Parts: sequence; structure tokens; C-alpha cells
Amino acid sequence: MGIDFQPTSNTEISRAHFNRIAHEQMRPISRKYDDQEHDLPTEWVDFWWNEGRKGAPVDVSQPTDGFVTVCIQAEELCFGDAGLYLRMPTPALGGSAVSAAGTNEQREEFLSAFRGSGHPIWGAMAITESSAGSDSAAIQATADFDEASREWVLNGTKIFCTAGEGASQVEGGFVVVWATVDKSAGRGGIKSFVVPARTPGMKLVGVEHKLGIRASDTATLVFEDCRVPESNLLGRRDVKKRDPKQSGDKGFKGAMATFDASRPIVAAMAVGVGRAALDFLKEELGRQGVTIRYDAPPRELTAIERDVIEMEAELQAARLLTWRAAKMISSGAPNSLEASMAKAKAGLAVTQITQKAVELLGPVGYSNKLLVEKWMRDAKINDIYEGTQQINQLIIARRILDYPSAMLR
Amino acid sequence: MIDFDPTDEQALVRDTVRQFASNELRPRARPCDEASQLDRDVLGAAHELGLVANALPEAYGGGGELSAVTGCLIAEELAWGDLGLALGVLSPSLLAIPVALYGSDEQKQLLLPGLVGAEPAAGSLAWVEPRFDFDPVRPQTTAKRDGDEYVLDGAKCFVPWQEDLSHLWVVASEEGELAAFLVDTDAAGLHAEPESNMGIRALPTAELALSSVRLPASARLGGAADGDLRALLARGRAALAACAVGVARAAYELALAYAKEREAFGAPIATKQAIAFKLADMATEIDGTRLLAWEAAWRIDQGLDATREAMLAIGKAQRTALAVADGAVQVFGGYGYIRDYLPEMHLRNARGFASFEALTLV
Repeated sequence: MGIDFQPTSNTEISRAHFNRIAHEQMRPISRKYDDQEHDLPTEWVDFWWNEGRKGAPVDVSQPTDGFVTVCIQAEELCFGDAGLYLRMPTPALGGSAVSAAGTNEQREEFLSAFRGSGHPIWGAMAITESSAGSDSAAIQATADFDEASREWVLNGTKIFCTAGEGASQVEGGFVVVWATVDKSAGRGGIKSFVVPARTPGMKLVGVEHKLGIRASDTATLVFEDCRVPESNLLGRRDVKKRDPKQSGDKGFKGAMATFDASRPIVAAMAVGVGRAALDFLKEELGRQGVTIRYDAPPRELTAIERDVIEMEAELQAARLLTWRAAKMISSGAPNSLEASMAKAKAGLAVTQITQKAVELLGPVGYSNKLLVEKWMRDAKINDIYEGTQQINQLIIARRILDYPSAMLR
Repeated sequence: MIDFDPTDEQALVRDTVRQFASNELRPRARPCDEASQLDRDVLGAAHELGLVANALPEAYGGGGELSAVTGCLIAEELAWGDLGLALGVLSPSLLAIPVALYGSDEQKQLLLPGLVGAEPAAGSLAWVEPRFDFDPVRPQTTAKRDGDEYVLDGAKCFVPWQEDLSHLWVVASEEGELAAFLVDTDAAGLHAEPESNMGIRALPTAELALSSVRLPASARLGGAADGDLRALLARGRAALAACAVGVARAAYELALAYAKEREAFGAPIATKQAIAFKLADMATEIDGTRLLAWEAAWRIDQGLDATREAMLAIGKAQRTALAVADGAVQVFGGYGYIRDYLPEMHLRNARGFASFEALTLV
């Protein structure tokens, strides 16, 4: 094949399709659902369920760019609105976990409704607790097996669960919950369980008020003797006392593997938000008669031109690192290092790009009349969720140094 | 289809050049930097590899495989070996690529056979000028038509200047537009003064004074128009960005190895997040910068305008190379400042990318 920066025609069709959705369906209601934080964006949810989820009108006889195409879709939709993107009725990360660690039967049981003709439903993943985020070994939520009823009994509190309101409350959806079956086993004891929406014992106790991505429902879920069937465990039941990363446990590895796929997506989402701000900045500067000269010597460029050119380079570097990590998924290559690089780079780059865009636009950028200030607020989450900047640096560092986690904490 | 894997053939070229850089350039990096001179043996060995000849037209004995992407792969590996030596072994491309792309048949016949012969031949190109406000697309060096001749006046710097150099291209403004002219190193009115710079010391360079240098009309680079020279500038930027990635990678690898070996408070300093995260950032930025350089090179190979992408790539490459080389000095601590170790050389070399233009071409 060889080094190639030209996406397939199907990817271009896909990009144009989702770009149109971004402009026509998302942008007009961006401000509304930023202001009305906890309202369900019904026009968007219905649009996605009835039209959007059909996907782009690609030519199925022709190739796509695989996971790169998926990333470009995420970039376009987050160019539209990152909060609304996260509110789409899809299996989301819960679906990734079921796909990665589940059996065929589990995939059929939990995912088929998302292709069905019923009402809109959501999937979600619940990992984080008040004192355990990326340090998954510190998870306190428990899962005990009731031999009599052959059920798993979940207890604990999960926070920061994206789409957790929809996934826990709307019949047909589900939440994948991480809990320990053996606290003494550390990470080896962590298992994930599918909890269908409205299962007794799963309670929605709150939805967060956030800096940005306000259209996205970030839920706190409490599990009190919440019972799910034995078959709702994803992966193996037995507990490995040694490092589960080295064992054949598809459950933990599968759960961790979802990050190798989700981090490039989050990076692509970040790039979409950054591009929204950067494109708008360039258009606004153009309206004011400022054009960016790519052929002028650096010493002659204005401060604004230098900033914009640097922002463009950083955004494109983030995008290309994202595509590289995505491409590796399509070719079946291990990509933990590259996925973390993409996520770390994109999260920080778009945080800085959007902050700079507000600065360069002055009072206009700060005003709620425009969306630039919103994009700055939306962008920041990309440097935090799916592993903070620092967690991803830690993963990269361990990989390049070839250090086990015990050597670099 | 989006793809970041070189072809098998390119991977073979890259691996071969990496081996060459490791065996031939690395051991000479420090001695050549200290002595401020190129090593003739290394020029001969590189010539035998055919790195420049392979890109030249088949009709003139070359390999007919001009590719900016392949050129970037080669440039990164050589610069990873040593930047000064890399620019030295690639210097024939400065004479060859402009003529291969835009030269007249007579110019090709005059220059190309000498570059694909049995012996290595030097090449050069004079673009940069010794002034803080130098503008590569509006040089102050002028070319004025006078009857059947051109008259060149101006000053140039960072001009690769090996002893056996016989011809070079000089870039000048001709009625406000870019043009290049073939100048004999013995031309009347041309004065070359050897330079000494902070870095790339292995590469002999000269500052040129051109005072009413009279050239025949046939000395003008074929039919090259302003836009062709701008495209050449983009080729130079893609190549330099790849070189900057090579320098950064060399500095990063030193820092990584040292951080795992050097102990403080009973453990390798790489086990401290302050060091480990710096290394992680270096690795990430190097990879991102490489992809920007490849994208610019790929556009060139596709025949697309690469002005913007080449500028983004070289701007990012300057920042990355400087930050990574500086980071490597920092990781080495006091040793990083000592010339027994290489990080200080990488730092001196890395700073140059902010001022270089067309010091190598792909």
C-alpha cells in the first residue's frame, strides 16, 4: 500500500454526510441544550434514532478506511456539538465493552435492541467511583454471587457515568458496571457486569452540572443489592491472583482493550471540537480582513498569524496521531501506546487551541452570542475523561521505558 | 486509503539507511563536529549507496525514483545518525533535484552525469541570506538581465561548500520573482568566506558575496517560474522537517537510555514521573511531527500544492526538535552540558531549523 493521506471515497461520503448533520441538526440547538442542561434534546435524539443511525450512504462494494472512518465520523459530529454527540441513543462505551469481552449470545441479547425499531435507548459504562478513577484496582463496588438464585448481587456507587441517565432509566438500555468479586485480588478481582435499565436496586441519584458538554447526562448511580443473572458477567468468572494483564482473562483484558479503541475515538472527538473553534476563528479573522499567510517568513507574520499557524499544526498532529492509532485497530496491530499518544496529544492540543481561540477573538470570543466560549468549555473534558492527560503519559512512559506498573507509579 | 506504513521497498531503503547511519555516521558525529569537517570516506560510502542517484532520472543514469516521502524516510535516518554529516552526504541533491525537476536538457546533460558517476560529487544551493528579516520568497539577492547575460548581486549564507564543489544554484529575485542561476564557484565577482556556526559543524558552509557576477542567459534554471521555486522551498521544508525528526529521535533515545541507567535516591531516574512524563511527551511529539512531514511530502509526490503543509511541518519540527534536544540535555543534567556526551550537540543542531531553508532537498 504505502504511506497515503487520501481517505477512500466512502470516507469522504461519510465525512460529508456527518458534516451536513453537524451543521443542520446540531449547531442550531447547540446553545439551547448548553443552557437547558438537563433537558433531553428530543429533536436530536429522535433525529438520530430515526435517521442518523442509518449511517452514511456509502457504496458497500467499495472499501472504507475502517476505524479511521469511524474516527472521522466522530470528528464531524463533535465539530457539530460534543455534548449532543454524547447524548446520541447508542450503546456507546457499554457497547464497546460487550463487543470486546462478551460472548455472541451476550452481544445479541444486549445490543440487538439498538438496531431495532422500538424507542430510543442508551448504553453506558460505569467505572469511576468517588475515590477510584483510572486506579481501577481501588474500585470498592462489589459483586457477590448468590449460589441459590445463581445471580450476581451488586453494591456500590458509581459516578461520572456518561449517558448514565438514559442507560439506567430507559427500558431496553443497559449499564456495564465494574465491580470487584474479590477485594484481596486487586485488579484481578475486577469484573464487569451488564445491568439492564430499570433493574431493581440500580438507582439514579443525580446528574452532574458541568463546565461543558452539558447536553451529555453524567450520572451518579447507586447499586443496592442489585441482582443480575449469572450470564450478565462479561468474561471469565475465576479470579487470577497474578497480573490479569498477563493472563488470558478476556474480561479484564477485554475491558482494558475497550480503551485502545475508545481513546482514538475520544481523540477524534477532541479534534472535532478543536476544529470547530479553529475554523470559526479563521473565518472570523477573514471577515475582519486578516488572512493567514503560509508563505511569509516567520519574522514577518503577525502574532495572530503565528498563533493560528501553530494551532493548525498542533491540531493536525493530533489528528494524524489519532488516525494512526485507528488504522492500527483496522490492521489488528496492538495499539495501546499509540492510542494513549493520540489521546494525550489531542486532549491537551484542543484544550490549548480552544482557550487560545477565545483569547484571540477578545470580547467576542468570551460572549455567549457565539459558540467559541462553549467549545472551550466542551474541549477541556477531552483532557480528562478516558484517562487524564497524566494517566496517558503514564501509559506511554511505561511502554517506551518497558517498565511494569510497579516500576513507574 | 489512509495508511502510515511505508511500502516494503521503502522499508528496506529506510532500514538500509538506518544501518548506514548507525555504522558510518554515528561514530564520526562527535569527531567531525569537533574538527568542523566532513569525512571523505563517509561521502564515498554514501555515494555507493546511491541515495541521491536513485532519485535522478533514468535517462541520465539515475534510478528514476524521485519521491519526497522516500526522501523523508532517508533524511530522518541520516539525521538520526548525525545532522551535519547527513546534510553533507545529501548535498549532491541540492544541485541535482532542481535540475532534474526544472532544468533544460543542456543543464541536465551538464550536471547529472557527474552526480551519478563512480566518484562522489559535491552539490550546493544558495538560498538563505545573512539578515534577520530574510524572506525566502523575496530574497535581496537580485538578478538583472543585461543583454545576453544576467548580473547577480547580493549575499548568501549557509551555503554547503565542499572543496571540490564546482557549481551551485543561487536563488535570486528577478524582477520581483524567484529564479535560480547556475554559478561556477570560480565565477568572477563571487567571493566565498568559510563560515563557523553554532551547529551542523561537520558540514562545511560558506557565506557568499556576489558582486556583479555575470552569467550567460543559459545559466538560468530552465523554465523555472516563481511557483516552481516556491515548490522547491516546500520540498526543502519537508526534508528539513524529516531531518529535525531524526535529530529529535536521536536526542530522545539518548535521554531514554540514560534515564534508565542513571540512579538517584536508589532508583533509575526514569522511575520518577518528572522524567518519565518528559520522555512520554518527547515520544508523542516526535511521532506527531513525523506524520506532518510525511503529509507534506505525500502532497508533493501527488503533485498537490504543499505550501501550507510544508510550513506547518517545518514550524512544528523546529519546536519539537528544540524541545526534545533541550529535554535531553536536561535529563542528562550536568553531563548534558559536557561535550563528552552528545545531547549538547543535538541542542546546537536543533536550533538551526529555525533558520535553515533548502539545506537539503527531496
